Amino acid sequence: MDATPKPKKFIGAGHSTSHDSAARHVAGSATYIDDIREPEGTVHLAPGYAAKAACGRIAKCDLQAVRNYPGVVTVLTAADIPGVNDCSPGAGDDPVLAQTHITFHGQPIFCVVAETRLAARRAARLAIIEIEAEKPNVTVEDALAANKDVLPSYQFKRGDAAKAIADAPHQITDSFRIGGQEHFYLEGQIALAIPRENGEMLIHSSTQHPSEVQHVVAHMLGVADAAITCECRRMGGGFGGKESQAGQWAALAALATYKTGRAAKLRLDRDDDMIMTGKRHDFRVDWQAGFDASGRIQAVDTQLLSRCGVSADLSQGVNDRTMFHSDNGYFYPELSIFSRRLHTNTVSNTAFRGFGGPQGMVFAERMMEAIAIQTGLDPLDVRKRNYYTKGRDVTPYGQKVVDNILPEITAELERTSDYRKRAKAIKTFNDQSPILKKGIALTPVKFGISFTLASLNQAGALVHVYTDGSVQVNHGGTEMGQGLYTKVAQIVASEFGIPLEDVRITATTTDKVPNTSPTAASAGADLNGMAASRAAITIRDRLGEHAAKLWDVLPKQIRFEEGQVKAARKSMSFAALAKSAQLARIQLSATGFYATPDIHWDRAKAHGSPFFYFAYGAACSQVTIDTLTGEMTVDRVDILHDVGKSLNPAIDLGQIEGGFVQGMGWLTTEELVYDAQGKLRTHAPSTYKIPCASDVPSDFRTKLWKSDGNKSPTIFRSKAVGEPPVMLAISVYCAILRAVGSLNPAKLPPLDAPATPEMILRACRAMES
Amino acid sequence: MSKITVSATVNGDAADFVCDATETLLDVLRDRLGLTGAKEGCGTGDCGACSVILNDRLVCACLVLGAEAQGAKIETVEGLANGETLHPLQRKFIEHAALQCGVCTPGFLVAAKSLIDHNPDPTEEQVRYWLAGNLCRCTGYDKIVRAVLDAAAEMREANHAA
Ligand code: FES
Ligand code: FES
Repeated sequence: MDATPKPKKFIGAGHSTSHDSAARHVAGSATYIDDIREPEGTVHLAPGYAAKAACGRIAKCDLQAVRNYPGVVTVLTAADIPGVNDCSPGAGDDPVLAQTHITFHGQPIFCVVAETRLAARRAARLAIIEIEAEKPNVTVEDALAANKDVLPSYQFKRGDAAKAIADAPHQITDSFRIGGQEHFYLEGQIALAIPRENGEMLIHSSTQHPSEVQHVVAHMLGVADAAITCECRRMGGGFGGKESQAGQWAALAALATYKTGRAAKLRLDRDDDMIMTGKRHDFRVDWQAGFDASGRIQAVDTQLLSRCGVSADLSQGVNDRTMFHSDNGYFYPELSIFSRRLHTNTVSNTAFRGFGGPQGMVFAERMMEAIAIQTGLDPLDVRKRNYYTKGRDVTPYGQKVVDNILPEITAELERTSDYRKRAKAIKTFNDQSPILKKGIALTPVKFGISFTLASLNQAGALVHVYTDGSVQVNHGGTEMGQGLYTKVAQIVASEFGIPLEDVRITATTTDKVPNTSPTAASAGADLNGMAASRAAITIRDRLGEHAAKLWDVLPKQIRFEEGQVKAARKSMSFAALAKSAQLARIQLSATGFYATPDIHWDRAKAHGSPFFYFAYGAACSQVTIDTLTGEMTVDRVDILHDVGKSLNPAIDLGQIEGGFVQGMGWLTTEELVYDAQGKLRTHAPSTYKIPCASDVPSDFRTKLWKSDGNKSPTIFRSKAVGEPPVMLAISVYCAILRAVGSLNPAKLPPLDAPATPEMILRACRAMES
Repeated sequence: MSKITVSATVNGDAADFVCDATETLLDVLRDRLGLTGAKEGCGTGDCGACSVILNDRLVCACLVLGAEAQGAKIETVEGLANGETLHPLQRKFIEHAALQCGVCTPGFLVAAKSLIDHNPDPTEEQVRYWLAGNLCRCTGYDKIVRAVLDAAAEMREANHAA
């Protein structure tokens, strides 16, 4: 065997390298929570709910048969909770277990604790529950009629929109719907609680927000936060669905451990997961616009009516972001953007990649199509005419757009996708093809980066250098497949000038980096990367000073590169310097902290600069529909997306493609159907269809925009990439709209999202009348 | 409930286990044999995360009972690599960055191996339809399809050379 060690590679920030867990992913040895070897005597949990009702008083809850089922250890109810019965992210309105009333179908009332998962699940079905059922409010219309909201309405205003629309040469009035979306993270919700001494507990939770899980569990048990540690090495997907939604399952596992003294695991069955956890908000949008013959908008008046479900959850931030992105990349001289957060007796809707932004953008893009239809212009020309430009660059919330590159991105994609030629060819095709119709659309994305709740824009990191030169990094961000750990490791390797393989990223845990923000808002790498960089620089400076003393040079002459530390003609290995520093009693561990500068937001005045910068992109999609069946195929997709100076192009491309396909699913095949009783009828992959390999076009061209780097001083001038690509898929919705529109060029197709085959067929029929 | 004793071959090694009559092969693999590569994504045969090869046939381990494995030959993701040497599919998945959260990856690898076992020279369309039973929520599939085509090509070349 060849004994020479493989030369180490220097893959710092900016280079493609595979995901830090890739080798373990392909070996099947990457450990997700369900794969952790269970401690001896671990009990398993399954929540139970009222199968037949959505809301009303709990008249009877007979758990005798549940308790008697073989293997059942105990059954948890609200009465067992020693602290506060709440798992909400703040508002106090999400009980862990319902006590006197249920408010939506599937709300957990009790939780079985058994020796095996199967016993727990079987026993959970044996409860006899009677509900004094009330009529649930299910739809937007129900909630409007009942006049019920979970949160106060909110509005952005500029000028007098109603008057400006009336005075404009052209007007449009329209109403349409945008569906919700199930996250369908492939790893469902799961938590494992392990007892420690002195009432302490370790919670393994598949969560984007370990600090919140820690807090929810401590609050529920009535113990100090410091008694609870929450750890997450990796999630099998999150997409926002494990931001606030992971808390309940962790709380129940912790409660079982509290009651039995045994380790406790709760892995939700897929159907339960889909019934019991929140989804993307769905909307009805009622809007009006006034514009001139050139397609230029003069005023917009839109009402964004969202179904929030039974509680506040994250609905304020989500609906605010719908408003923040109702302009997408377009200037509205006068406007009213009004948002209602409606209360319905359905599971509380929550964060989902884009956090409300995509819904706002779908509205803006439908408006562009509508204007194009009414003016007879090409929709791309209408879009360009309305882009933010100098002098027309203030958003509806007062932030000036100073980094706009949409005109450049659009021009390049228009050329590389051959948009004009294909649009022409499609026109000819449609004129000659009676049944099959094609459509093409090129749509932009402008997405604001930063949490709009300013306090969340902070992150911490902890870096240790060991005396052999190896490094451990920990930060508050969580890994859900997006490659955050890899990017942060690359950043730290770059700062120390050492090989990537010498940097180990350890599981995110609240006992290393406390009081963290959720990994959300696409901000994971921006925030945690910067915090880790600062921690590394602190240690590097100490090492540099030490080396300077040893060699009698100035600290600024010291360079860290290729695993060596150098100054003038001296050099030693990074490991040797670490060892020498330790002997000289120099601290080789440091924390780093980052808070995003320059952002401010006055919510009461609806004015400020909430975003540190914008991420941009554009996509061109072409589809074919069958007007007799509603069947649709996506023929080709071209994407050009801006990630600033990429931290890792391979990972960023993956985020873009994956985000696009997820957005495409949301707008085409993924349909959440609630019946009149408020029951979700599409609660398994057999009835809820996410895209599969054969739904994705084989002609799928994704490119990163050649950027000189983010204008804002982010980590290595990169840009966030998690959420913006989802909205590139709006080009698919618009292309379908164009295809349907070809049946009657003067009419705006009544096409709701998702544009399922049934929806397309209905829209086609409506075009004929 | 009385337990059932089962003898099978898993990744080439004899494996004896006892299980309940109602226990799925997936639970047996994960909980009794410690092979946690196959995952439960749905438990109803709709996601492919639990894919294994049973007597040369691609199956969802969540839809097979452990007891049915008596005398069977089972292949899982853990058996793909040959010691330290990765299977070409594994290598290509890494090279093409055909994974993100990785939960679907074992299922895709096993399904793709089964495809190449049956059809060493699949078209892109055949790959897409063969893998249509495996859901991935992260990648958008393009890189997975490229990785499988690339691995199949490499394996054909290697066979040719041999
Ligand atoms: S777990 Fe078997 S197919 Fe989903
Ligand atoms: S990589 Fe996450 S589901 Fe495929």
